[in-house]
Amino acid sequence: MPQGTLCNRQPITTEEALKTLLADKGGAIYYQEMKELDVDTDLLWDTVQKTCKSRTRTWLEICAHCGMCADSCLFYRCSGRDPEQVPAYKIQSTLGEIVKRKGRVDNAFMRRAMDYAWGRCTCCNRCGTFCPHGIDMGVMFSYLRGLLYSQGFVPWEMKIGAGMHRVYKAQMDVTSEDFVDTCEWMAEETEEEWPGLCIPVDEENAEVMYTLNAREPKHYPEDLAQAAILFHLAGVKWTVPSEGWEQTSLSMFAGDWEACRQQVTHVFDAIERLNPQLVIGTECGHAHRGTVIEGPYWAGRPDGKAPRPYIHYVQWLAQMLREGRIRIDPAKKIKEPCTLQDSCNYVRNHGLANYTREIMSYIAEDYREMAPNRENNYCCGGGGGLNGIGRYRKERNKVLMTKRDQILATGASLVIAPCHNCWDAIRDLEEEYHIGIKWSFLKPLIISMAIVPDHLKPQDGDDE
Amino acid sequence: MRDVYSLLTGPLLGISLLVFFGGMAWRIFWYIKGLDWRLERVAYRPYMKRGLKGAVQSIWRWLVPYGTHSWRQHPFFAGAFFLFHLGAIFVPLFLAGHMVIMERQLGFSLPALPQIVSDVLTLGTIAAGGFIIARRLALPEVRILTTLYDYFILCLSLAPFVTGFLAAANAPGYDFWLLLHILCGELFLILAPFTKLSHIALFFMSRGQLGMDYAIKRGGEFRGTSFPW
Ligand code: HEM
Ligand code: SF4
Ligand code: SF4
Repeated sequence: MPQGTLCNRQPITTEEALKTLLADKGGAIYYQEMKELDVDTDLLWDTVQKTCKSRTRTWLEICAHCGMCADSCLFYRCSGRDPEQVPAYKIQSTLGEIVKRKGRVDNAFMRRAMDYAWGRCTCCNRCGTFCPHGIDMGVMFSYLRGLLYSQGFVPWEMKIGAGMHRVYKAQMDVTSEDFVDTCEWMAEETEEEWPGLCIPVDEENAEVMYTLNAREPKHYPEDLAQAAILFHLAGVKWTVPSEGWEQTSLSMFAGDWEACRQQVTHVFDAIERLNPQLVIGTECGHAHRGTVIEGPYWAGRPDGKAPRPYIHYVQWLAQMLREGRIRIDPAKKIKEPCTLQDSCNYVRNHGLANYTREIMSYIAEDYREMAPNRENNYCCGGGGGLNGIGRYRKERNKVLMTKRDQILATGASLVIAPCHNCWDAIRDLEEEYHIGIKWSFLKPLIISMAIVPDHLKPQDGDDE
Repeated sequence: MRDVYSLLTGPLLGISLLVFFGGMAWRIFWYIKGLDWRLERVAYRPYMKRGLKGAVQSIWRWLVPYGTHSWRQHPFFAGAFFLFHLGAIFVPLFLAGHMVIMERQLGFSLPALPQIVSDVLTLGTIAAGGFIIARRLALPEVRILTTLYDYFILCLSLAPFVTGFLAAANAPGYDFWLLLHILCGELFLILAPFTKLSHIALFFMSRGQLGMDYAIKRGGEFRGTSFPW
């Protein structure tokens, strides 16, 4: 059976191909073609032999089939304890079979594997911390995604997302010019209220280089303005690069490792070019994962580090508040009960739980922990790209129940979610289940509470 | 009878132990050799010290009964697991009867367990094995994972204990049970490196690797403490 015109093994590398694929609303033709897509079993087995080494093979082999990972997984919990949602089952019946059958699997197998890899796992890595052998199914699902991607069995939105990175160097169609325009526009808008504020583009040797999520310039430009305000308040000499500003990596969710490498290389090139002392990323979990945690490895850096110290927004905010460079008006602290969403990507997988809690200690009067929390927290339900895949919307909405119940148990009416995916998932869970909560990033909250020194306020008569 | 016995406790025992230890060493060698910092995305070398610390903590916490969230969340299974493994590891290593053979073959031996202790441990292992089998049959989330191979491994592990216990208890047909016990034990030793029982060595590799992963890449430098397993 042939390769489809839309659904095939080729990654998207041109704007034209990207537009054609986007024009296929919801991927109707794409998924139709997928039913006919052949599996290159030789290529599959060859890839497995080259990339499935002792760690993964040992995981697959020594799994005791004990089921201790079952209730660690939100999909299992939200499906009425469906045995087919046990992490070990999900991975053994997909990746395990591919290895066992030496790659000799057919189209139906691959489509089922796709539905499992993207529709039944958010790569939250929680199960791995519950397995006595230390078998991390989240890591294996991510690996499986790579195998499926290389054979063209990938959800429509993920194929597009990876294509966006390859074509626009961003997860959305925001070009370098669009981005710089947005910076200028936001600086102009904000300057009225914050005299002297600017959004410096491509300044060399700045204290800080800031990187973002393309959704911000595209859909929430005020987030960029808020970042500018907070840097302004803290008196930081900062800059954004005109190229290499996009920190996210939908290609990581898609399993397109070459696109991952390209994307992170754009950012690292910008760092080398502008030579900042420090790089700060926006309030996004997977962007941090893609560029700071995994990214250096895709870029081939043996020390596993970005070219300069590269921190998450919450690390920077915690430091600014601690050092009093941004000060909170005690009268304006959050009074209502509030809770905090721990992002899997930078809490379980990068140990930043203390930073967010430190921030909460400065800004909230009635802070309540979710249970479980920190490294042990559940995924919001929208991680790993699941938020964005229409084909698995039902599955996604179902697994939001875990977070819903966790939030309800705290009694909080405000959920602070310093991560784009978590923020979306919590917004959607409110839409779906109407539990009467609000949700927010940190930036707008901090701005609303910060003490503005007189010299930063608009002078009388400055404006009308 | 004497001839068969000497054969089983002499050359065949030697071969079994050689296969077991050689095989396990070989598994460990290939595990480590197969690690790839680019594929796993863990910079093992530059952060070896922090990594090894994470590995030791990860192994240690899981070897302490109820030492992790997961053990505490599965109290009955954890109990069975530790009861099973306590006997599985200590009885073969320190059984008085085994020490006699060791003394004869090697000229030295390890301190031996009092008979009553090894009896209790053996019964514990058998009982826990029974519980683990029953659990496999009873819980849907375990049943779906279970294959015949799992039962084979459980039987292979339990057989030396059941037969050994019968022999030690002087059950009718003592000679038969004794010879069968030795055969089962040697079969276990020979097969272990090539089956899931390789976990006896690979557990330390796999647990250690994840501990390194979390210590090196996944937050070790920010967490302030070791990963809260
Ligand atoms: C230092 C040595 C050992 C360590 C660290 C170890 C560790 C483990 C671990 C972590 C598991 C998975 C637990 C689970 O079932 O979820 C396991 C399972 C198992 N181990 Fe061991 N083990 C060791 C020695 C042994 C020995 C000597 C035997 C055999 C006599 C054995 C037989 C088994 C069996 C049969 C299972 C599967 C249990 C089941 O069906 O759920 N192990 N071991
Ligand atoms: S907890 Fe680990 S060993 Fe047990 S079934 Fe799950 S993956 Fe396998
Ligand atoms: S990584 Fe998370 S979502 Fe995926 S199987 Fe494990 S617990 Fe479930």
